[in-house]
Formats: sequence, C-alpha cells, structure tokens
Amino acid sequence: MVNIRIDGLDIEVEVGITVLEAAQKLNIDIPTLCYLEELNEVGACRVCVVEIEGEANLQPACMYEVREGLEVRTNTPQVIRARKEVIELHLSDHPFDCLTCAANQNCELQSLAKQHGIRELKYEGDRNQFYIDDLSPALVREPSKCIRCRRCISVCSDIQEVHIYDVIERGFDTVAAPAYNESLMDTPCITCGQCIMVCPTGALHEQDNKAEVWEALADESKHVVIQTAPAIRVTIGEMFGMEIGSLVTGKLVAALKRVGFDKVFDDCFGADVVVLEEGQELMERLESGRDLPQFTSCCPGWVKFCETFYPSMLDNLSSCKSPQQVFGALVKTYYAEQEGIDPKNIFSVSTMPCVAKKYEAQRPEMNDSGQRDVDAVLTTRELGEMIKEIGLDIKNLPDEEYDQPMGQATGAGVIFGSTGGVMEASLRTVYEKLTGERLEKLELKEIRSDGFKEAEIDLKDGRTIKAAVARGTGKARQLMDKVVSGEADYDFVEVMACPAGGCVGGGGQPIYSGRDKWNRMYEDRLQRSEGLFKADREKECRVAHENPDVKKLYAEFLEEPHSEKSQQLLHTSYQDRQMYTHEEQYAEERKS
Amino acid sequence: MSTKTISQEIEKQELDSDQQRFAELDKIIAANKGQAGVLINVLHKAQQLYGYLPREVQLRIAEKLEVPFSKVYSVVSFYSLFSTELQGEKTIEVCTGTACYVKGAADVVSKLESELGIAAGDTTEDGLFTLKTTRCVGVCSLAPVILVEDDVHGDIEIDKTAELLDKYK
Repeated sequence: MVNIRIDGLDIEVEVGITVLEAAQKLNIDIPTLCYLEELNEVGACRVCVVEIEGEANLQPACMYEVREGLEVRTNTPQVIRARKEVIELHLSDHPFDCLTCAANQNCELQSLAKQHGIRELKYEGDRNQFYIDDLSPALVREPSKCIRCRRCISVCSDIQEVHIYDVIERGFDTVAAPAYNESLMDTPCITCGQCIMVCPTGALHEQDNKAEVWEALADESKHVVIQTAPAIRVTIGEMFGMEIGSLVTGKLVAALKRVGFDKVFDDCFGADVVVLEEGQELMERLESGRDLPQFTSCCPGWVKFCETFYPSMLDNLSSCKSPQQVFGALVKTYYAEQEGIDPKNIFSVSTMPCVAKKYEAQRPEMNDSGQRDVDAVLTTRELGEMIKEIGLDIKNLPDEEYDQPMGQATGAGVIFGSTGGVMEASLRTVYEKLTGERLEKLELKEIRSDGFKEAEIDLKDGRTIKAAVARGTGKARQLMDKVVSGEADYDFVEVMACPAGGCVGGGGQPIYSGRDKWNRMYEDRLQRSEGLFKADREKECRVAHENPDVKKLYAEFLEEPHSEKSQQLLHTSYQDRQMYTHEEQYAEERKS
Repeated sequence: MSTKTISQEIEKQELDSDQQRFAELDKIIAANKGQAGVLINVLHKAQQLYGYLPREVQLRIAEKLEVPFSKVYSVVSFYSLFSTELQGEKTIEVCTGTACYVKGAADVVSKLESELGIAAGDTTEDGLFTLKTTRCVGVCSLAPVILVEDDVHGDIEIDKTAELLDKYK
C-alpha cells in the first residue's frame, strides 16, 4: 500500500493502480475518452490529464501509476483549461452532424463537450473526410467520426482475436480502420458488433433496418410477423430506464402489438426446435463416433469465425440453422399453411440482441422457404427506438401473451440467450432421451487456466458426454486449437461469439455511453443472465421436447427431427471463406 | 501444334516470374522469422525485391509471419519509406523544408508536375520518374533544392527544370 494525496485528500491505495483509479476511490471523476478499464488503457486521447507534483508536464491519469508520497491535482485552472483544449482539438476534426448521428445523445465526445461547457469551435481547419462503409449487411463504419481511441482495435484484437482493425496512415490522416481502409465486406470481420459496443462516438454502428420495417407495417397487403430473441426480454427495459436485467416479456409483447405487428411470436419456440434437431444430430454422432465434437451453430458470428479461421472443422458444425433462421423458414411454410396466407405476403421480422443476425439473414442460402426466410432484423436498440417513436414507454404497458401457434416456448429455449444455455438446453433433452431420466442441474466448471468451461455428463451406461463452452472468439480460438491438435476430446462444444455472456452481452444490446467500462459489461450480463434463468425457472415446461406446440409442429408438419422436410427447411451447409478476398460479388448477390 | 496464344505465353511468363519472386520472398521470411523486429526487416527486404509492397506481398508476409494483415498494413502505411505503389526508375525529390519553401519550392513542385504530367507522389506513365516532396535535406544555402537519384541540384531556376530532367532521360 502507498499513501498519496489527491486534491488535498489523503488516501492509502494499493500499489500498481493508476491515478485515475485512485481518484475514483475518492469519488473524484476524472473525465476520460479513450480509456476503457482493462481493455484499452493507452493514454491516446489526453482528456484525463492531471497535475503531478514534480512533473514538468501534465500527465494522463489513466496511465500514471501511484507511488508513495504522490501528490496529484485534478482540478486546477491549468488542468481544466488543458482538458478543454484537448476536447476542442478533438472537435476540430469531427463532423458536426450530431442531430442525425446514430450516437446522438449517446456519444462520449458529445457528453464531454457538454460537460466542459464548450459553446463555440475555437479551431477551424481541415477535417478528415472518409467514405462511409455501408457494404456490410450488419455494420456501418463512418471513419470521419473516428477519434483514434483504439478501443475497436483492442476489442477486435485482444478479446475477439479477429484483428480487423489497426491504426493506419500517419499524422492527420491517421484512422482506426481495416488495412487499406477497405470495406468490412472485404475483411474476415465476423460481424459480432463488439466494436460498436465500445466505440465512444458514432463511427461504428449497425445497419439501420427500421425504415423497411415501418414500410412493411404500413403496407396493408403485408402480413407482418415478428419473433423476439430470448435475450431481448431482459434488456429492452433498459432502453426505458429500467434496472439492468429486468425481465419484461409480457410488456415487450404488448409494445410490439402496439407498434403494429400482426403476430408476435417467441423465437424461443425456434430454439426449442433447434434443441430437437441439434440433439438428434448429437445422438447420431455419439452413436457413430464421427465428426465429434459437435459445435453449436446458433451464433452467426461464431459460424463465420469457424468458416474463416477453421474451415477444416466445418463438418463438426451442427448443420442445424440458428433459431432465427429455423423460425423464419417455419413462418413462411408451416405458419403460412396453417393460416392460409400466401408466404409472398408475409414480411418476417426478428428482433435480436445481435448485429451478426443481420448478416445471417442476408446469407444467400437462407431462402429454403422459397422466399427470404427472414426479411429484416432489428437490434434491441432499434426496437427500443421504434417503441419510443410511437410514444410508448414500456414500463407503463400491461403484460400480454405471445400469439399462437409459435408463441409457446419452454425454459430450454429461453436460456439460449445466455452463455452455456444452448448446451444446457440441448443436454436436458439428449440426456433424457438417452437415459430416460431428467437432468436436474448442469454444473459447468470453470477451467481457470483456459478461461472456458467444461462439463461431463454421466449417461449411466458407462458412457459420458464431455462438453465445453466458450464465449468470445478469442477463447474459442484457444479451444479450437486444442480440438484441432487432439489435446481435447470433447463431444459437444458451445461457442458464442460475444465475450460478455453470449447474447445477453451481444453487439445489438443497449450501449451505456461513458459508463460502459469493460468490466461493467460483465456485471451487466450477470444480471441479464439471472433474468433469463429466472424466466426458465418460472416456466412450467423446461425441456424442449415437451413443448406442446413443438410436438404439434412435428406431428402435423415436420414428422420427426431430421425428416426429409426438416432437413430441407431447417438445416444448412457452410463454406470455406478465404480471408481478404473481395466479397463484392457477394454483396452484388445480396442486392439482386 | 501448339494452340497457345501470345497473350497466354506472356501471362505464363509473368506467372513464372511472380512465383519465382514469391519463392524468393518466402526465403526471406523463413530466414528472418522469430527474430526481434522481424516485420520491418522483412518488409524492407521485400521492398528491395519488388521495388514496392503490393497488397499480395503484404498478405503473403502476414500469412507466413502469422501477423494480422491489419498490422502489416499499419506498419507499411506509417513509414514513408515503404511504398504500396510501383516506383519509377528514378526518383525526383523536391525539398519543401523551410528555406526551400521560402525560396519558391511550391512553384518548383507545380512546374515539375505540369512538365511530367503527374501529381506529386505519382509515377510517370513510362515508369521513368516518380515525383516526391521531401523534408529539409540540409543544404539550405542552395535553396531551392531538388534531388534526382540522390544527386543534389541547388539554386533551381523554374525555366531550366526541363533541361535538367533531359539529362536523366
């Protein structure tokens, strides 16, 4: 421990922490811009400068380590002036389209300008003008709004290990971008959207699909249905100031009906179907011993990661589509048939905690229903904006029920939204089918050195299922290397591309500007996951194969898991994706 | 009877030469891999081999050194001595240091640009000259100064630049 003094206040703090962290203990909030605790501590923006006794120049608090007898001043006229100057310089190379910016009122640069009372632009000079990259179906990059904080680089390289971004060029031309400032479409970007979650400005955001959904809702010839992903019910409330992780399933349904959707369905129904299809596949693989481990395939970011970086393992990916796409294919076949609606007139929307789902819905092969299986994907953020646009506050709405016949789901489908949930849901069914007994609780144990979790399930006939769960593609890489080298002999592996708890921490979830410290994202997801597991406990039915509506679906339409019809509608194939080949052709295909 | 066309033959020769250079590049990478500062060393040697660092070369280096492509390009785009475009046989550098600037370096640049029909930073169509601007070369008493192939020419008179370039054609 060392004794230091900040703004005349004495405090004893542990060795190794920074002045910024020490000040926080005294409730002194030194403003920051590039800093993101544990993830990006690089001192790039200089907003957090403070006076240190004995130092000739101002020092960045986020980088300066405490030592015995250190004396710091965070609020002298010189510090305040310098801080303001730094912000003004950042503003001098920033486009002023705040009113129409995706990050309007949720921008750390904007907040800082307000906090420091900046009312005029002191410096006028050149401004960088870069093309807006909107070729990707999932993400939009606006490099002109980049403040070179490097957070996107850190999360993409250090956490996800995909390495799309770096600092390119030099001096005034410097920007964080892919090589050659190419479109994300031309890179191996897995569209997880974690860069959006950490970007302090509007330089990175999702493709906005609200307009086409409004258009479909206004079109009387269209029958517009929506499916809600498991993780939306524990985060949409946050868009309206509710506590993090609040479970608001009924209010969400009520809001969507008021927005004007003809039918509001639960994507967890799709998840239940996935459990049966994927479970069947796992049992077949366990029987034959071929292509083990089986990897889950419900996360489109992970699927693209595997296609790009581990193409030799594609046979191990479950051929089952994700719940979103399973649901999409069923809406335009099974549901259309039941209701006697021409599938051409159905506009199928999904709301997802994810931006990769936008990419997934646009994959050319996702049209097994004869149409686009899913027409538009909205993130939690976009959905919140739509609800606000019609003047509703979700807090004040009553609880309403999902529509039939695809509205009933089990607890198994609900926990798909949290890391480990897909595996637990599948194993509940597989275990019961193989042993005839109910799997009471799945204990996952954290393997500390690896950062991923493992479980072993005793099938009581001498056999066991060895399972593993990884969240974040960086961790998935470690796991994959072990699988490829033969060091690990798992039977079943779940991977979620998003590092903060899977879908509850997805790239389409609410962004907490200026407060979204990296470790805070982990705390948030614990609360959100808790919300999902609460929903699971509250469900009468917690195993997918007992869902009466799913039973009906198989009895009346699909026959059985892996039937010819389910193979055609609910299963897909994967392709080896070369890195850094130009995928413009792909984009063309998508447009036509 | 061979039915191969001339253009196919040229393509094949180009391919052979590409492959030879790739083989050479792979040797350079293998010889340097694992050493400290390996990326810059390899890029430097690759530029000597190719004359510049085209995208495919950067990609190959990234792949073989197991360094992200974004990192390779980050380094290439930071250092002004690395070039991603083919350079002319001869480089003309116009000093734009303070003394030369005061003595009309900007006029010298625009005169050369119009004479060569290219913008500063570009290469003439015949591949002979690349025109660049450079920081102070340290002979301010001779301002304005240009360097052609490392020869220093001082006291440049605008109406005599054509004559000067002729010597290098």
